[in-house]
Amino acid sequence: MSEATSVANGAPVEAWLLQGGRLVDPSTATDMPQDLLLVAGQVLAVADPGTLSAAAAEHGAATLDCAGLIVAPGLIDIHVHLREPGQTWKETIASGTRAAAAGGFTTVVAMPNTVPVIDTPAWASWLQAPERGAAISVLPMAAATVGSMGETLTDYAALRAAGAVGVTDDGKPIGVAGVGDRIMRDALELAARCGLPVSQHAEDTRMTRGASMNAGALAFRMGLRGMSVESERSLVERDIALVRQVSRSLAGEGFTPHLHVQHISTRDALELVRGAKQEGLHVTCEVMPHHFALNESALAGYNTFAKMNPPLRSEADRLAMLEGLLDGTVDCIATDHAPHAAFEKEQEFEKAPNGITGLETALGLSLRILHGEHGMPLAKVLALLSWAPAQLLALAGRGTLAAGARADVVVFDPAATWHFNARAALSKSKNSPFDGWAMQGRVRWTLCGGQIVFEQGPA
Amino acid sequence: MPGGFAHDPLPGSLLRIEDLGLADISEILALASELESEDPLRRAFRLAKRRVALLFYESSTRTRTSFELAAKALGADTTLISSKSSSIEKGESLKDTGLTLRALGAEAIILRNSFSGAPWLLERATGLPVLNAGDGMHQHPSQALLDLRTMLRVLRGGTTDITEDLLEGVTITICGDILHSRVARSNALLLPRLGARVLLCGPAQLLPEIAASLGEGIAIERDLDRALAQSDVVMMLRIQAERLAGLHIDLEAYRTGFQLNEDRMEKYPALWLMHPGPMIRGLEIADAAADGPRSLIEEQVRHGLAVRMALVARALGAGSLQ
Ligand SMILES: [Zn+2]
Repeated sequence: MSEATSVANGAPVEAWLLQGGRLVDPSTATDMPQDLLLVAGQVLAVADPGTLSAAAAEHGAATLDCAGLIVAPGLIDIHVHLREPGQTWKETIASGTRAAAAGGFTTVVAMPNTVPVIDTPAWASWLQAPERGAAISVLPMAAATVGSMGETLTDYAALRAAGAVGVTDDGKPIGVAGVGDRIMRDALELAARCGLPVSQHAEDTRMTRGASMNAGALAFRMGLRGMSVESERSLVERDIALVRQVSRSLAGEGFTPHLHVQHISTRDALELVRGAKQEGLHVTCEVMPHHFALNESALAGYNTFAKMNPPLRSEADRLAMLEGLLDGTVDCIATDHAPHAAFEKEQEFEKAPNGITGLETALGLSLRILHGEHGMPLAKVLALLSWAPAQLLALAGRGTLAAGARADVVVFDPAATWHFNARAALSKSKNSPFDGWAMQGRVRWTLCGGQIVFEQGPA
Repeated sequence: MPGGFAHDPLPGSLLRIEDLGLADISEILALASELESEDPLRRAFRLAKRRVALLFYESSTRTRTSFELAAKALGADTTLISSKSSSIEKGESLKDTGLTLRALGAEAIILRNSFSGAPWLLERATGLPVLNAGDGMHQHPSQALLDLRTMLRVLRGGTTDITEDLLEGVTITICGDILHSRVARSNALLLPRLGARVLLCGPAQLLPEIAASLGEGIAIERDLDRALAQSDVVMMLRIQAERLAGLHIDLEAYRTGFQLNEDRMEKYPALWLMHPGPMIRGLEIADAAADGPRSLIEEQVRHGLAVRMALVARALGAGSLQ
């Protein structure tokens, strides 16, 4: 670490004064020059420039010079695959969270499709234990069904008590195979009673057997079986109908089911989410940067680095994702960071696993495309990456820099552009279609719980 | 796209038919003619002792033999790795098999693979020119070239001068299992570029509407008789049972609707018949048609040898006319 070392005389610095920056905090609608004082892992004060010097001195705070930089709540990614336990050749909690910190993230929500599946409180606790060596906060999303096999619900209350922030069988949709609709209905009901969202991988897998890209003219031409828009749309439709039913049946008891549609990728499914929101149902959704940055043409040359599920869609779908982000239908941005080893991606297209990395490119792509190219206000981009996901999962004290919040902060230079070099990525995996892409906004410091977890000098 | 997935093919590679310009095709066909008529002893010096590997993950008679004889006719040493008798059966990756072949001195690899796009992977992994001898449901570009040479012989006096209006006024029907056919895709993407009209024919299960979006000059005509009445050439395709993935086809109805039989050959007396093989006699094609005077099926095989000599020579940088 350079000038602002977080370790003075061997002891962690307890207090930081972030001075001279432009503080953008969507949770308090703040966007102006403000200094920020972090003490003992919390936000102690936000105040006009220069007014915190006495308080800083009192706490022995070290200073970070944030002149010309944005100071914002640490980013939150509610959809990552850290591959631990069980697939540590792809990623570990330690490596994945270091990549996250480099991308400005201070909280990630880990999907349970590890080996074994995170379906018990013990595994949920294991994931969060200090021995995992996480650089930032890792919150588990637990399996919705035992082993994610779609047959028996897990113990949502106990999982929640062990720190789970939601339930999902990500990778496998709930209630398609196995016992069908009933299990999804039960999941929505039990999760509602426990105050958890059901986070659904919306794909009717009966329609997508053997498919490896978006269905349509390009898939036909490339000789690949396609995943239809209908396979996503129809499951979102089914799930919204179940939310409607469960909402009615639980209304008397004061519980409301929450369906979260993961990695939405089609205009048709997004339209259904829009309608459900208008109807007053608690339905939310997330969009991945790759689904607003790329369309299926990125598969040229059978590029397995552009293979993921849901797949890159048509240009019309990509534009619909942008529109949904701009008009507020989309609740948050998440990455679906899905690392794979080189040897796994260097296979025949249909054999190669789904998934790309995302943690180190999410901010750069979002600022470049949403803010730079589509005029989304900076505060709105940051909200989609911090305050909004915190709200969505009811993560108290995160995604905000209000006094008393966790001292989770990202400081970045909004004007700096840089080029992503996949080989230099901190993730164990380099499977990104964005290698060489220009990125906007360069992270200078990431602080998590008041400690510097990533820093790099000015460009 | 930036990054490690540049998809411009290497010089000498043939991964898909669209990568060849009309001038490239003219050159390949001219070279095929030259090599075909060359004294075999002289021809065998062209690639004397150069090394060409054939890597076949699917069984194949005519394509494999054709490429092998083509390479040998030019004097190259060939080695055949097929799924029946090699480490590829033990799960070795395509990349590693390719690297092994390169280490053994292979200068080009001819690949048949059941996965669409496999030639791109092999080319990227080895940096060697790759000739796509059929990848999954995607393409079989040497087949499109030999089919073109066959058609030009009967329709255009065997010219090798390829222009964008060379086949103006010509209609070709491709009938059968279009969905799973790499031959259909390769031909449908080539022939309209020469001015031909392509009609795709088959039942909905084997010919989705989206097939018409392959490119301009391609239309769907599900009534075989209506298609044949407009056509100069018909290419019959077999039903690819190995790729049906749960589809069930009513074979009796298929025969009635889509078999090229004696009646239909009589009804359209100027129609030329082609088939890339293997044929399923009695299903998509009747003996009388396959063995009749307007069947070009054996001639296609002969053109295949000539075209593949040209492609192998081109792959090894010996493709310019002498
Ligand atoms: Zn998923």
